[in-house]
Amino acid sequence: MQLIAFYILSTVVLLSAFLVIAARNPVHSVLWLISAFFASSGLLVLIGAEFLAMLLVVVYVGAVAVLFLFVVMMLDVDFVELKQGFLNYLPAGALIALALLAEIGVVAAATAAREASGFDPSPGADTNAEALSRVLYTDNLMLFQLAGLILLVAMMGAIVLTLRKRPGVRRQNISEQTNRRREDAVQLKDVRPGQGI
Amino acid sequence: MDSIQSQVADYLPIAIFLVIAAALSVGFILASAVFAPSNPDPEKLSAYECGFNAFDDARMKFDVRFYLVAILFIIFDLEVAFLFPWIFEVAAGNQAAFWSMMAFLGVLTVGFVYEWRRGALEWE
Amino acid sequence: MERMFEWGGGVWGGVGLAALQILAFMVILLVSLAFLLLFDRKVWAAVMMRKGPNVVGPFGLLQAFADFLKFVLKEIIIPAGANKTVFLLAPILSLTLAFIAWAVIPVAPGWVIADLNVGVLYLFAISSLGVYGIIMGGWASNSKYPFLGGLRSAAQMVSYEVSIGFVIITVLLLVGSMNLTDVVDAQKGGFWNWHVFLLTPSKIALFPVMLVMFVIFFVSALAETNRPPFDLPEAESELVAGYQVEYSSTPYLLFMIGEYLNIVLMCAMLTILFFGGWHPPWPAPDMEPGSIASLLGALMFAAKVIFFFFLFALVKAVVPRYRYDQLMRLGWKIFLPTSLAAVVIVSGYVVFALPRAAG
Repeated sequence: MQLIAFYILSTVVLLSAFLVIAARNPVHSVLWLISAFFASSGLLVLIGAEFLAMLLVVVYVGAVAVLFLFVVMMLDVDFVELKQGFLNYLPAGALIALALLAEIGVVAAATAAREASGFDPSPGADTNAEALSRVLYTDNLMLFQLAGLILLVAMMGAIVLTLRKRPGVRRQNISEQTNRRREDAVQLKDVRPGQGI
Repeated sequence: MDSIQSQVADYLPIAIFLVIAAALSVGFILASAVFAPSNPDPEKLSAYECGFNAFDDARMKFDVRFYLVAILFIIFDLEVAFLFPWIFEVAAGNQAAFWSMMAFLGVLTVGFVYEWRRGALEWE
Repeated sequence: MERMFEWGGGVWGGVGLAALQILAFMVILLVSLAFLLLFDRKVWAAVMMRKGPNVVGPFGLLQAFADFLKFVLKEIIIPAGANKTVFLLAPILSLTLAFIAWAVIPVAPGWVIADLNVGVLYLFAISSLGVYGIIMGGWASNSKYPFLGGLRSAAQMVSYEVSIGFVIITVLLLVGSMNLTDVVDAQKGGFWNWHVFLLTPSKIALFPVMLVMFVIFFVSALAETNRPPFDLPEAESELVAGYQVEYSSTPYLLFMIGEYLNIVLMCAMLTILFFGGWHPPWPAPDMEPGSIASLLGALMFAAKVIFFFFLFALVKAVVPRYRYDQLMRLGWKIFLPTSLAAVVIVSGYVVFALPRAAG
């Protein structure tokens, strides 16, 4: 049963990943990417890493892919033009692909070696998330704080790169509004009929 | 391995649910496609624009502010993701984990104050 | 699920039983939704001193079913410039996601389709996907109003999701588990144990914090489901109907059912996280799964959900719509810092001040 599920899900992952690069419409590419994320989170469930599976959906599908979708839908980039430069980037792309392939090979070899000694997704705890929490905040303190710093840099980078001040925009100042008294705004004048102020 | 097996079995109903729900949704649309009339004409199929013919294509450039919101969301979403497993350590009363998270949140609060001061949270 | 395998006599029998259970659950959900829709309109009408739907069936009880038939018999219009696949995929996705989120909701002790260890996270994950149906629908229509509506909606939902995440964390900090059944059971034994009125002696210091968290969650739930006063994505005075402008017939119906399912889901989440789920507000003996008492628990749960739905309907009728910059200000400048501070306060209290049973 689990084996069948594994084959179905990995087929979906591979097929979607292929369609991400094969689809002509960039929006379709992103949708296929989402399907690939989903299927991989299913694969994580299959090996018992349910917490990571959920995080994959929350972070990648729920946040990162939304940004991708924003960009391809609204940036109005001419994708035909982009595709024409494809051949120029081919050598660099091939190099990256090779490097990734080598990495996958190394990981597969290491996993195969570990698999022989038995694999436990949640060592010493009931659930995957608890096992993760045991080591994340104290044993791996450095990496955890580093992640915080990276997020800070990302936040500042995003602001520096994208924030543009538009001149002449009128903003609402709530405290000013609520602090306005009757005396500041209203003046009583005794106006005689037919004479004006 | 037994515990993994039962844990995976917990997800089986969700897969079944997904299939049934998707089938139902497609079924609704098919029902309408079968039972409802279909006589399209160019006016009916044109995009709605308050009675005018559409001036130009609806795909247009958009305010960069929307991307900023999306990026800030990703960052805070990751922060929430880091908080989720942390609840186990708090429940266990682990003070080291507590201070470690406070430092993490402190760093991100600096970022939050920065974006507030730069006016990134203003919408105009 | 193991029980299903046992009763069904094997894997496929178990799958069949589970499918039947899910179908029954979906039918109950849809039928209750039909009446809740009517209830929503009746409340709205009552606030305006109108009668509301009252022609179809006694007191208009069959109105929703008549509407349903009408939707099915209408023509599906796909605009000429639209991207057909995405255009039809968007409502299907919306409804499917709205449905599967219900898989982890515990209605009564043992009455849950999938009792996940990470149930809360699952709900958070699925509700964060709700934005796709809307952006895809808005984009695929290739028309200006839907596009603007989809964009607004995406930014809005995304902004309030962060505060929802922080509020959920504060509740989980008090519970110490991500399983929804555990969350509910942490609140048993009377309303003073509910997270909204936390009056237990050991946790009374957190009472104001959790009350504020409840309010933030409620308002964020309104924003997350695009309900008034945060219905800017479909603000009829500016955007006609937002992302739904080009939709008709059943595709529109799917969007609408999905939207209402999400609203009821949010009511269920409020009930589970803050109002003690199936536990009555007085001290009651533990309910055995599958007993008469658990049926009463399910009724208690339904009553609380309906109460929250009533609040949602009331808010729709009495509160005027927000302006977009005010909406963003509320989400990012008020809710986000407040809920973040609450996470710090609650966690600090749990770590340092809460008496611990052992070690």
